Amino acid sequence: MQMPQPNDNPRSSGGIAARSAPGTAELREEDDTVESGDRSQPTPASGVTRAPEVGAGAEPETAEAVHPTKVDVRSLSLWYGDTQALFDVNLQIPDKDVTALIGPSGCGKSTFLRCINRMNDLIPSVTTQGQLLLDEADIYGPDVDVVQLRSRVGMVFQKPNPFPKSIYENVAYAPRIHGVAQKGAEMDDLVETSLRKAGLWQEVSDRLSLPGTSLSGGQQQRLCIARAIAVNPDVILMDEPASALDPVATATIEELIDELQSNYTIIIVTHNMQQAARVARYTAFFHLGEVIEYDRTDTIFTTPREKRTEDYITGRFG
Amino acid sequence: MSNEDLEQSFFRQHISQRFNTELEDIHSRVLAMGGVVEQQLIDAVTAMSETRFDLAEKVVTSDYRVNAHEVEIDEACTEILVRRQPTASDLRLVLAVIKTVTDLERIGDEAERMGRMALHFLEQDRQNGPVEELADMGEQVRSMLRGALDTFARMDVDQAVRVAQLDIQVDSQYEVIVHRLMDQMMKSPHAVPRAMDVIWTARSLERIGDRARNICEYVVYFVRGKNVRHTSYEEMAQEATGDRH
Repeated sequence: MQMPQPNDNPRSSGGIAARSAPGTAELREEDDTVESGDRSQPTPASGVTRAPEVGAGAEPETAEAVHPTKVDVRSLSLWYGDTQALFDVNLQIPDKDVTALIGPSGCGKSTFLRCINRMNDLIPSVTTQGQLLLDEADIYGPDVDVVQLRSRVGMVFQKPNPFPKSIYENVAYAPRIHGVAQKGAEMDDLVETSLRKAGLWQEVSDRLSLPGTSLSGGQQQRLCIARAIAVNPDVILMDEPASALDPVATATIEELIDELQSNYTIIIVTHNMQQAARVARYTAFFHLGEVIEYDRTDTIFTTPREKRTEDYITGRFG
Repeated sequence: MSNEDLEQSFFRQHISQRFNTELEDIHSRVLAMGGVVEQQLIDAVTAMSETRFDLAEKVVTSDYRVNAHEVEIDEACTEILVRRQPTASDLRLVLAVIKTVTDLERIGDEAERMGRMALHFLEQDRQNGPVEELADMGEQVRSMLRGALDTFARMDVDQAVRVAQLDIQVDSQYEVIVHRLMDQMMKSPHAVPRAMDVIWTARSLERIGDRARNICEYVVYFVRGKNVRHTSYEEMAQEATGDRH
């Protein structure tokens, strides 16, 4: 793991303490260039990604609360061996909101998602550069306990992957090893609360001792969400959480995401653009390892600034 | 952007060829409907200004064609929304088409109203000769509508701003006609029935000008993604050119 030096790169130097202010000035300039240009012409590539709160699309809804930044990504680059997979990613992901990451296969969105709880550490050839701040503390800092980090940043995968244990144990396992709750009534309460939050309690309350794998796909996925929230994380990462589910189970998961966002920061990778449009307040479009555009979801889907975003979401040849 | 450029750059680039065809189809159907509506307007103005009973009848009996176009295009748009869930410029095109079609249908209604007025007028006042005062305004509104349709065909924002501004002249022509006819009515009570008919017709033309302006605004929405409804001409021009204040 190659850690960035403070003055490694010009964008991160001289202004880290004053969060978002220096970025904002740069970003405004960028906007002007884009908007005065002919929309039919490809606009120059932009490595700079605006914080959504300065987006023009937010103007009509200034009354809406702008949430503080939870995950602040600064000039993050990542390599698999010699192959660079992420290029200078800058994103400010707001607290207690849903942010969707979209883009074609291989664009780096899942790689980026896995950076947020350092899942990429498990791949030996991976090197990263740049900063990824969770509540203003760099998660790649030298004194970060990765196990602790992953209890703050939970993850739900594409394919439901409950442990080969009972429904109860699936939820109780992590709280027990993290010492969040002990056996007995305290744990029973935590399991029930977590299953309730995941919208699964009513369906499984009378069969908690059955194996988690005996549930339907959609139920298993909600069990995985219950398992993730049992350790009371701040952030939940979801990598295509509904792509293996039928429309009804998908709707249930989306409804659940909507309920969870008041307590958790949710970052969801999805290939289903309608799903991003339905669940997320902000959407980032990744392409070839770069963030091409990051803005309010309604802006991305009605009036994207970048031609590459437009081509992707409208299904044109890019 | 010429019509050909538009077709090259906008309609031909989807991975789904059928989607290209569907979007091209609603766009060209709007233009076909616009052609019918424009003819209705021309006939209605001519019926009034040249006392042509036959044309007035034709306008009144042809409005169903305009309505049929509206229903067909609405259905095609519904189908695209359902099947394609369009986004970005595709979504804006479908919305612009739906709105344009509504305005075209209303323009058709105004033309029909003018036709009925002409029938009524010709039955009552044929001996008074042609109604010359409407000829200029009729021509102005017709060229505004044609300009709006041309703008829609090319999706040309600069032209949209120019054509929308023609509405200023249409409005002032309307004012002039109303003042002149009010003068006549005050001077002679016998002039009142005829003047009222002419004022109603002028009112229809003025409304058509407003609706042609709406169509120009939808073009700005499609191209720029900016809603310029209920804004001043200056604001519309700024949005259309992409200028920021």
